[in-house]
Amino acid sequence: MPNQKYFQYVRKDRLPNVWCPGCGNGIIMKSFIEAAGNLGLDKNKVAVVSGIGCSSRVTGYLDFNTLHTLHGRAIPFATGVKLARPDLEVVVMGGDGDMLAIGGNHFIHACRRNMDLTVILFNNTIYGMTGGQYSPTTPHEAIASTAPYGNLENNFDPVKMAISSGATYVARSTVYHYTQSVKYIEEAIKHKGMSVVEIVSNCHTYFGRYNGMSKPAQFMEYFKKSTVTLSKAKTMSEEELKGKIIIGEFHNDESRKTYLELYEELSEQLGGVAK
Amino acid sequence: MAEKVMVKGTEAIGEAAIRAGCRLYFGYPITPQSELTEYMSRRMPQVDGVFLQAESEVAAVNMLYGAASTGHRVMTSTSSPGYSLMQEGVSYIAGAELPVVFVNVVRGGPGLGDIQPAQSDYFQATKGGGHGDYRLVVYGPESLQEAVELTAKAFDVADKYRNPALILADGMLGQMMEPVEFPEFRDLSTLPDHSSWAMQGAKGREPHKITSFDINEYVLEQMNLRYQEKYKKIIENEQMWEEYKTDDADIIIVAYGTMGRIAKTIVNMAREKGVKAGLFRPITLWPYPYEALAKLADQAKLFFTVEMSMGQMVEDVKLAVNGKKTVEFYGRTGGVVPTPNEVLAKLMELI
Repeated sequence: MPNQKYFQYVRKDRLPNVWCPGCGNGIIMKSFIEAAGNLGLDKNKVAVVSGIGCSSRVTGYLDFNTLHTLHGRAIPFATGVKLARPDLEVVVMGGDGDMLAIGGNHFIHACRRNMDLTVILFNNTIYGMTGGQYSPTTPHEAIASTAPYGNLENNFDPVKMAISSGATYVARSTVYHYTQSVKYIEEAIKHKGMSVVEIVSNCHTYFGRYNGMSKPAQFMEYFKKSTVTLSKAKTMSEEELKGKIIIGEFHNDESRKTYLELYEELSEQLGGVAK
Repeated sequence: MAEKVMVKGTEAIGEAAIRAGCRLYFGYPITPQSELTEYMSRRMPQVDGVFLQAESEVAAVNMLYGAASTGHRVMTSTSSPGYSLMQEGVSYIAGAELPVVFVNVVRGGPGLGDIQPAQSDYFQATKGGGHGDYRLVVYGPESLQEAVELTAKAFDVADKYRNPALILADGMLGQMMEPVEFPEFRDLSTLPDHSSWAMQGAKGREPHKITSFDINEYVLEQMNLRYQEKYKKIIENEQMWEEYKTDDADIIIVAYGTMGRIAKTIVNMAREKGVKAGLFRPITLWPYPYEALAKLADQAKLFFTVEMSMGQMVEDVKLAVNGKKTVEFYGRTGGVVPTPNEVLAKLMELI
């Protein structure tokens, strides 16, 4: 029996969801719900913001303050919400196309500001909703509907990108590693400052079909076999790490002040009304 | 002309562009036109052309801007929210007088709207969209065959006037399949010579300047007046429309694109009921065929504009009719396509 305490976070009347059977998006949504339950989050004190894409439909099913916004613009939208209502826990959910292509600029700038947001990146390495076009995380040479001869471009590493841009909590998991996903999301929500949790997911419908993994179970097998923990990865050579997905907490630094903290300090110095 | 082939609308426009000599395409996925982007990704490397999927529509329009400044035939395609994102670049390209072909496969709006066919981007397409006094030549095809022909024409007209052109399609035209006859491949050596303005190095001659900018307001005014001279020529030479059973008509239905095609059925249904209806279908939405439409104001009792919007083109119909006769309107929006029966019922109420 599913634990009743999680139901408060779901809009049951909006189910079933639009996702393909076997899609990893549901697993990530449940990871978030479990993390919220473990932390005892008051759903009226949380805002979940998403952009456009398959994973961005998650805001329809979650029962928090939810905002389904523009393609690529969830992070600036969430920044606006956070600055207007600093008391809210602001969470951004979205996909690799949404957050790293059209929204890539916003992603790095929110990291740079150390904006106090929790970003959960559903990384299925493809544009699902529009029919399987390559995204900024599609691996080099993989097939996509706009890369019928193989992808010429190289992919971003969202973890490295977040860290080098200034995010202060950065972790990666996969949809196979449910327990870790829940833990990292909890840490990210608790963390003060910009948190990014990348969860590698499956789009068997498009990415899988084009690349010899048309069944969700094949992805689970793949995630199970190809994943190494960060501590293990540190003992491995670059050659050994080729094609591996490294999971773990990559970065956790609470020493840096968030944009809001710095702003409140400034406001106090200038005699503004403190909160 | 080759034999007819069965194709999807988005792919028909893509193939037509390649046959017209387009060898650079930049786009970004958005429903209901992603198949055009996919088609170009497959075809461009086969014809020694270049395809790139941009990181956003903003990137795509600026890639076009750059590529067009070299004098090559370039195109992008998108759908309503994506075309809104491109507007900054569209304005710059119009100001810099570059021949670029845009395709907007319109869907329901405003905002995210939906992915169903609509005509609610008419104002954006014909009255601006971006900032400044500029115009795009705008074509509204009613069928895939016409879309193919207008795509080729759009490239020629864009080159002739050094001005961007827009194919204003809709989700219906983008997604349906029809038999189409494609023209032969354009011999690239016959494309217009752009050496008088394009960025091609300045050895032994004065440099070219491609810009929409001048800090001196009097110079910028002169640039604008030059654009207006060009627009006047386009208005004189490039208007296109179709009249269907208007000879003896006293009810003139005015509709374009998909709605124009449906309106032919409505004309025939009305005539079966003894109502002398005819259709005026603008093909160029800018320049709008005001004078041709105005001529019908003497014979017609009533003008009836039908759109897949809450009433945008109807303002141009009123400008053309200029108060001489009543102009009525019927429209559905949000992606709803009016059926012939409902439009006919409305028409019968009016007369």
